[in-house]
Amino acid sequence: MSEITLQIDGREVAARKGMTVLEAAKKAGISIPTLCHHEKLEPYGGCRLCTVEVEERGRTKMVAACLYPVEKDLVVKTRTEKVDRIRKMILELLLAHAPDAFELQDLALEYGADRDRFEKESSFCLHCGLCVRYCAEVKKKNAIGFINCGTRREISFIPEIASKECWNCKECFPLCPTEALQAAFVLTKALVFPSPLSELKG
Amino acid sequence: MDNDKIDRIINKHRGKAGSLVQVLMEIQEENHWLPREVLEKVGEKLDVPLSRVLRIATMYKTFSLTPKGRHEIHICTGSACHVRGARRVLETVQDLTGIKPGETDSDSRFSLETVNCQGCCALGPVVAIDGKTHGRISPDEIADALKKYD
Repeated sequence: MSEITLQIDGREVAARKGMTVLEAAKKAGISIPTLCHHEKLEPYGGCRLCTVEVEERGRTKMVAACLYPVEKDLVVKTRTEKVDRIRKMILELLLAHAPDAFELQDLALEYGADRDRFEKESSFCLHCGLCVRYCAEVKKKNAIGFINCGTRREISFIPEIASKECWNCKECFPLCPTEALQAAFVLTKALVFPSPLSELKG
Repeated sequence: MDNDKIDRIINKHRGKAGSLVQVLMEIQEENHWLPREVLEKVGEKLDVPLSRVLRIATMYKTFSLTPKGRHEIHICTGSACHVRGARRVLETVQDLTGIKPGETDSDSRFSLETVNCQGCCALGPVVAIDGKTHGRISPDEIADALKKYD
């Protein structure tokens, strides 16, 4: 275990090699906002809300803290003007999809994001991938996945698997920041699950 | 659907999750669409979860999850073809076949797709039917050409 020190927001922080900037910051009690991050899951880097500014050999760049590995003498800044501007923009874009998502409200307040900046396109899914990854990585059932491409991308339960596995699990439900997942499940259930009646007859 | 050929394609790549796109492309080429049972079988044999097979199969425009017609019409709507009148060609084809891009007509004669470039802009407007390229085509000519396909 090689300990290294880096600087986050002007404080010297000790971290183990292989940790991410997010983990190091958390250990030191510095909070970085996240949406798609979950302790049990592999880092995803999907929401970019954890964007921070790192300085390395005199150059600064914007990176996702949940993916960026710590390095010796790295200088990290979690609240610069540029970081705040990026987070505000991300929040405004996400709010166009899910204007009333609880997790977004506090963040929007903190970063001054205007929920009406962009025309509403309420899909309610933020594409954080928490449900998809939780089902694949923790439960290893793969009952839900992403389908389609680009603007048409959405989550979709796989009816063949979901009708067997989901009844007694539903562990992904509380993970969803917007409840789009629950809606997708109800829809799948209504459309394609075998109904109790047809099973009785069958 | 030719099950033997599909099985042969799948068996060639058995257990190799990395060959997923390759397998799906070969089946698409052979069968012109990817039925649900085939996707399930591919997932099973290549050891890839069905959710990932579906993600890949819905991601790329190459793959079709619905049956295609006997003849596939690809109309280029890229910038070069567009300025040379691709839209009027597309409208003519839509009127004659009664289908919009992405659709197949009810007697499975034609499937219509728009594409963004076929790589021969000098021949615009370009229409490819079953892989055969019709270049510098006018709405009248495409109407004639379509009659040859049954």
